[in-house]
Amino acid sequence: MSRQMGDSHRRFLQAMMGRGITDEQGALRLYQHCCETHKTQCAPDKLDDFIDTINSKLQPMFMQIRKGMSEDNGQQYYALVNMAETEITRMTSDYADNELELFRKTMDLIVSSENGKASSTEILNSTDSMTSKKLKKSETEHLLNRLVNDKWLCEKHGEYTLSTRCIIEMEPYIRAMYQDQVKVCHICHNIAFQCQICENPTCGIKIHNPCVARYFKGRTEPHCPACDDFWPHEIPEVRRPHTKSRR
Amino acid sequence: MTQRKRLSNSPSLSQNKRQSGSFMTQGDSEDATFTQPSTSQVQRGLEKVTSAQVDQKTAEVVQYFLVKDQKKIPVRRAELVKNVVKEYRNIYPEILKRAARIFDQVFGLKLVEIDNRNHMYILVNNLETTDSASPNEWLTNPKMGLLFVILSVIFMKGGVVRENLIWNTLKKLRVDQGEKHEEFGDVRRVVTDEFVRQRYLEYLRIPHTEPLEHEFRWGQRADKEVSKAKILEFMGQLHEQEPQSWTQQYRDAYSLSQGAQATTSSLR
Ligand SMILES: [Zn+2]
Ligand SMILES: [Zn+2]
Repeated sequence: MSRQMGDSHRRFLQAMMGRGITDEQGALRLYQHCCETHKTQCAPDKLDDFIDTINSKLQPMFMQIRKGMSEDNGQQYYALVNMAETEITRMTSDYADNELELFRKTMDLIVSSENGKASSTEILNSTDSMTSKKLKKSETEHLLNRLVNDKWLCEKHGEYTLSTRCIIEMEPYIRAMYQDQVKVCHICHNIAFQCQICENPTCGIKIHNPCVARYFKGRTEPHCPACDDFWPHEIPEVRRPHTKSRR
Repeated sequence: MTQRKRLSNSPSLSQNKRQSGSFMTQGDSEDATFTQPSTSQVQRGLEKVTSAQVDQKTAEVVQYFLVKDQKKIPVRRAELVKNVVKEYRNIYPEILKRAARIFDQVFGLKLVEIDNRNHMYILVNNLETTDSASPNEWLTNPKMGLLFVILSVIFMKGGVVRENLIWNTLKKLRVDQGEKHEEFGDVRRVVTDEFVRQRYLEYLRIPHTEPLEHEFRWGQRADKEVSKAKILEFMGQLHEQEPQSWTQQYRDAYSLSQGAQATTSSLR
């Protein structure tokens, strides 16, 4: 595989800049499209090599196309991330200082929670301790909507989680900022927010829900992979990749 | 990761962190204080810094342009120098040259100066649009589709149209400037403010009109990024007519006097 960048790589990168994040099938389709357009070789199993070539040129710019798993459905995603500033570079032009402070507070809540979620009430309450200009209730609600629209947060029934894109992009930042609190999945070793926890108090390992599903699939009597205690949680189903092509 | 660590410890970046909140501020008045350094000044300046430092600064400049480009906002030289280049202003031309090379070689983008009096820059796409039949990439994005329609009308009407004509055309497409559109929101704002700031359109007051009237022209970004030949092809398909049948427009789209456009256009 040549490390030289061609127009197919550049087109792929441009599309990633527009999308921010795409699932594995989306990335494969895009890869194919870019290769066809510029009449270059395309092998589905070479997607990661293709992306490595782009990354080798992006690295001096402190950018990277990084792969990560969705905690929601266990699918692989590719996101274009910025490593220049561990802090929220890409957000600084879109959000005011006090909005960024509230976003950080939301991250605090999510990281320190048991289940990787923060309720809108908790987030609203956390505005009381803001050091920058305090956000009003309506402003906070509006901000949360924007953060969901811009794909930094996800919302379900009034509870907020970090989006896949946010986790992929901010993993190094989160690991650095929350060294003591951060949980790591025992199976895939990535950072874990929404996960199951071993109830043996001397063990307490964490496993992502999708990793739980894959690891315990087909086992009748699930046991913790670390301490061999009985795994008392409900084992979720393995979710299949949705094949519907959504743009 | 080691890269990242090194970077976040570097003093220049922590400065960058502090100013990043002011990314959006305009630096008009600053330009007076910035004079382009001479070649020999640049040479001398380069001797005082390491090549890693120059690369680092170049990376910051590239990032700055990319952030601005997400909203298609032109970058002013003064603001770039003030917010990013800073103490490296004596080697500014070298940094800009390296940034332009990276845009070209890595991103497939071209760094273009659109205003050489105020020194404003934009990024335009260097890669050809994929589908030769219709500007598909544009039309998959509804807002770009809206813009394409407006640019087409202006072009077909000879380069300048009164605003009423645009609003009436859009109305026929069920896009009403007076109403909130579910896709575009405030259509009037998108057309007369957003597209204008992005330099896709010019929206100018017609002198001596009462009540006040405005006219639309192509903006500089449109000149650089949008191919008139493509528009004509598109019109041909729409009206089932040969592009050549619009004599004036055809001459305009393919004329050699458009050399400047042909060389910089991204959608050749
Ligand atoms: Zn896992
Ligand atoms: Zn255990």
